[in-house]
Amino acid sequence: MHMPLEDTLGLNLLAANHHQAEHNREHFDAWQVLCLNVMSSPGAGKTSLLEQTLTALSADLAMAVLEGDMTTQLDADRLEAVGVPVVPITTGRACHLDASMVSGGLKMLQQRLDPASLDLLWVENVGNLVCPAEFEVGEHLKVALLSVTEGDDKPLKYPVMFREADCVLITKTDLLPYLPVDIARIEAHIRQVNPHCTVLRVSATSGEGLAAWHSWIRQQVSSQLVSLRNPHGHNVVPQLVNA
Amino acid sequence: MTKCLVLSMNQWRQQHSPAVPVVERVHLQVGDFTCVEPDQLLFTWRVAVENSWLDGAELVVEAVPLVGRCVRCQQTYSPAPDTAYRSPCCDHPMEEIVTGRELRIRSVDYTLES
Repeated sequence: MHMPLEDTLGLNLLAANHHQAEHNREHFDAWQVLCLNVMSSPGAGKTSLLEQTLTALSADLAMAVLEGDMTTQLDADRLEAVGVPVVPITTGRACHLDASMVSGGLKMLQQRLDPASLDLLWVENVGNLVCPAEFEVGEHLKVALLSVTEGDDKPLKYPVMFREADCVLITKTDLLPYLPVDIARIEAHIRQVNPHCTVLRVSATSGEGLAAWHSWIRQQVSSQLVSLRNPHGHNVVPQLVNA
Repeated sequence: MTKCLVLSMNQWRQQHSPAVPVVERVHLQVGDFTCVEPDQLLFTWRVAVENSWLDGAELVVEAVPLVGRCVRCQQTYSPAPDTAYRSPCCDHPMEEIVTGRELRIRSVDYTLES
């Protein structure tokens, strides 16, 4: 005998990934490590910016990187050369990192060091403006990059990515004199889909805007510590502590 | 995303263990403001469930429109890329999203042998 049945689930399609991401985040919080997920299209300058950032901040902050790429360890090698521990995560044909991949990367990282000794863990996602926006990995904050060579319409064409970002970096600003692009229009389009995110103009080549970027990072690391040490910290607006 | 859907369905199946539900339809809500293309999901679903316990199950996708609410005048509206997602009443940015971010298995039609 067969009886027709209907189960009302209301189950989020990404529930399994959310659960794993929460688990990762619990580890980060226990270690008192801030995790930043860095995302952009391929070639927007994630690795170049990280090379510069790791070099500039490694004297003050203990950092490590989980480096996602579909194939090759080229980016991981570049960052390892800076002197910061890097764990490559090769995704094969997958166009994004998911929470279970990052969990695997964390296990590999733990074989090299005690994560509680870190202040900041970077996740460099696979170059893609679409899927990484939907798959959280346990990060505390999302950083999206958009290079000036990509055009001012990208925040409108890939709105989910820029909506989800806590900080958007407009990169390669040293190229502005050579391009028919209006950076104010890029910023306006970012603001249309995400009025409250931090937007910074940077160039890893000329150094423009990097001081503000580094200040933002220090502020987030400090805020994370304050939040974790205050049991009600998640319910209050994090305050700037010695940025 | 299809892999996530199959994984979620496998978890749901475990609730009925040891019985194996025969699934006729899976009703999915996909918001317009997500990174999921329903047509691709429908195609890959057929391939992903082939020769599995879900083989033959129909995936029914309900598209959920993007609806914003202007925080100034509280009116709901349909944000669109060609208007830079502006509120039509005052050109305010898309601050509040009411619907459009759904990625939800709403319900499952199935039978159980008894």
